[in-house]
Amino acid sequence: MTSATLTLGPKGAGSGQTGPIHDPAEEQIIDSSQKRDDGMWQTEFVVPGMHCAGCMGKLERGLGSLGHVASARANLSTRSVTVTWDKEAGEAASLSEKIAALGFDHFVRDDNDAPNDQATQTGKLLLRSLAVAGFAAANVMLLSVSVWSGADAETAQLFHLISGLIAIPAVAYAGRPFFNSAIKALSARQLNMDVPISLAVLLALAMSLFESVRGGQEAYFDAAVTLLFFLLIGRYLDHLMREKARDAVTRLSRLTAKGAMRLGPDGRTQYVALQDIESGMTLRIQPGERLPVNGRITTGTTEVDRSLVTGESDPIERGPGDELEAGILNIAGSIDIEATSSAQNSFLAEMAEMMKTAENGRGRYVGIADRMARIYAPAVHLLALVTFIGWMIASGGDWHMSIYTAIAVLIITCPCALGLAVPVVHVVGAQQLMKHGILIRDGSAFERLSEVDTVIFDKTGTLTMGVPTVSKASLNDDAPLPAIKALASRSVHPAAKAVSAYLADTIEDTATDVRELPGYGVEGRIGGKLARFGKQAWVAEISDDNNGQGNSAIGFAIEAGPMARFSLTDRIRDGAGATIDKFAAMGLPAEILSGDHNNIVTGTARELSISQYAANTTPAGKIERVRTLQEQGRKVLMVGDGLNDAPALAEAHAAIAPGTGCDIGRYAADFVFTHPDLRSVSSAYEIARKTGILIRQNFAIALIYNSIAVPLAMAGLVTPLIAAIAMSTSSIVVIANALRLSGTGDWKKADERAAGPSPSSGSSIPKLLHQAG
Amino acid sequence: MTHLLFLIPVALGLGALGLAAFFWSLKNGQYDDLDGAAVRILDDGEDDIEPENRK
Repeated sequence: MTSATLTLGPKGAGSGQTGPIHDPAEEQIIDSSQKRDDGMWQTEFVVPGMHCAGCMGKLERGLGSLGHVASARANLSTRSVTVTWDKEAGEAASLSEKIAALGFDHFVRDDNDAPNDQATQTGKLLLRSLAVAGFAAANVMLLSVSVWSGADAETAQLFHLISGLIAIPAVAYAGRPFFNSAIKALSARQLNMDVPISLAVLLALAMSLFESVRGGQEAYFDAAVTLLFFLLIGRYLDHLMREKARDAVTRLSRLTAKGAMRLGPDGRTQYVALQDIESGMTLRIQPGERLPVNGRITTGTTEVDRSLVTGESDPIERGPGDELEAGILNIAGSIDIEATSSAQNSFLAEMAEMMKTAENGRGRYVGIADRMARIYAPAVHLLALVTFIGWMIASGGDWHMSIYTAIAVLIITCPCALGLAVPVVHVVGAQQLMKHGILIRDGSAFERLSEVDTVIFDKTGTLTMGVPTVSKASLNDDAPLPAIKALASRSVHPAAKAVSAYLADTIEDTATDVRELPGYGVEGRIGGKLARFGKQAWVAEISDDNNGQGNSAIGFAIEAGPMARFSLTDRIRDGAGATIDKFAAMGLPAEILSGDHNNIVTGTARELSISQYAANTTPAGKIERVRTLQEQGRKVLMVGDGLNDAPALAEAHAAIAPGTGCDIGRYAADFVFTHPDLRSVSSAYEIARKTGILIRQNFAIALIYNSIAVPLAMAGLVTPLIAAIAMSTSSIVVIANALRLSGTGDWKKADERAAGPSPSSGSSIPKLLHQAG
Repeated sequence: MTHLLFLIPVALGLGALGLAAFFWSLKNGQYDDLDGAAVRILDDGEDDIEPENRK
């Protein structure tokens, strides 16, 4: 029989929601390490559980105490620790073992995370550009102020020349992000916001240089550099937001096992990475692990949880010969499977393929900023041209005067406020979302989410928690709670976990000879007497209470004693009712699309008063429903967690997934909420709505500013002073307007007042990762 | 107006010094772990790893 005791350690029961983490093997660590010039090796471990100074100190000192470690440096922002060590003096695996011994789950940062480095490089380039632009803007502005306050002609010319000397290299350096993007757009025969920005900055520089050399009174160096400075702020904030969100999502997904234990012909087990699994290999799947590929059971019986794959919430028994799809969670006994597919053509890969086709549609969505740019950029260039022609006619062919005025129009219309309007609102919005434990994957998701008019929910794991909880317990007054817990806590079966959680305050007895019988339950000896915890019929065999009715109910009995019963249900997620009501109040109809059985779905739908629902839906059926609705002109928000939802998540106009869902679902969604409360979904929607409104207001502000400034510029009345004032004010107004977003969608505040302080958003992810699955 | 001849270079030089300092700190990794720096000060570095503190 399978030795269940092997898997009963705290690790099996307590690690992340999708199965235990494998300590990286020696070769895997070496592969991901770098050899430095001085002969030392450097390895970076990601440790998601590190959250305080104590953890950092523990890791640094613990690793540092190893003989072959030269230095260990923890980084709390990236939740990683970088170890420099001597390969001659010791093994790589001992590093990993040490971290595990200190009590931290971890994985090696490898080449797959390389894009991260690239993103860091982009961030640093933006920050350096921002510093240069800031330096130039401050100095040029100082010089400009003295010119405006009435310096005599010679001083003014000197100052202009100095300004030029500062501004030209500064623009050449700090303007690169805009110039590169503008060139890219132009070579694709498109116009984006960066085209008028680059044009205005370059023309302003050229004209000002020309003016200062020939001793003219007006130069726009200050306008050019401040413009860059403001826009770089927007760019950098935007970058920060994306980075933070992506990092968090990556961290969630990296905690899942990316391989399996292979059972060799000699009976020894060896870890194989996911991509190396081939059809025909025998894999040993322990309770709590997910199947990495499709397979057929060769030995062992167990119960499996298919909820992420099909949406079915009840565990199903499976024995030798049965086929299982990749992604299924093994919950009862250890089984050996023969892989019937490799990772590339498993069920997971099929889902990924369906998603790819669906996601193309969303890729075509054009953000409001780009839509504005398509109108705005040609309009600005046309206005400048009209100004030039108009002045040529009016002034009787004065080239200098006409070009000068036309360039002034370009500068004044340069979308400083427009360039800030969208990113600043997005950043404030993303911050607002993070406060509620919601991560956003992409700025344009705000716009798409704010447009939706229909909400589709998956049931298992979305509207419900996806794990059973005790709904009713029939216990005698003298029920042996410590004994019940002693057995229940020894299994990773969801029912046992539910009962353990129900008896959280009970101190458990000691049980001996504990073994888990897949399909039945846990058996052991307590105080010398046989005790059973599991299926009622099985427990009734040893009980004096022979009434073993009811399938989903769980019983416990000590030899010849009475039976204690627990009824389990998949509890509705907190805040689910409030969320549906809120959407209804806002005029958004809700629907359920579930892969679960009809009667279960009906029950949930009735409880939440949702009239539109469908049960037994396949992944293809879900995507079909979303497509049908969208073809009718509806815009669908899909909320789901499972593999079976992933294609529909990708197809929908906007998608939200809980952090407890599967990897592929999280990658298909625009938003991931890490808080267990479903009200996160309506908060996200409210914040997105508000974001949309603010973006439109910001555009309106920018347009009002333009409608005043442009006629002045066309009339030739704008001076550099007016340009500088107008530009700064419009930027400040736009930023101030964006800050009004804080406080939107805040259901937590009301709860907090009642329940005391809750952890900040920063700690909600590690907390989520720590909670038992 | 002659004092401008050295005042402006001095002003620019000081600004450039600040810019150089910023670049140095960026390259030096001073901004790599903003969260860690804030909590590191709370760790007195004395306690050794006690078994009961293990998570």
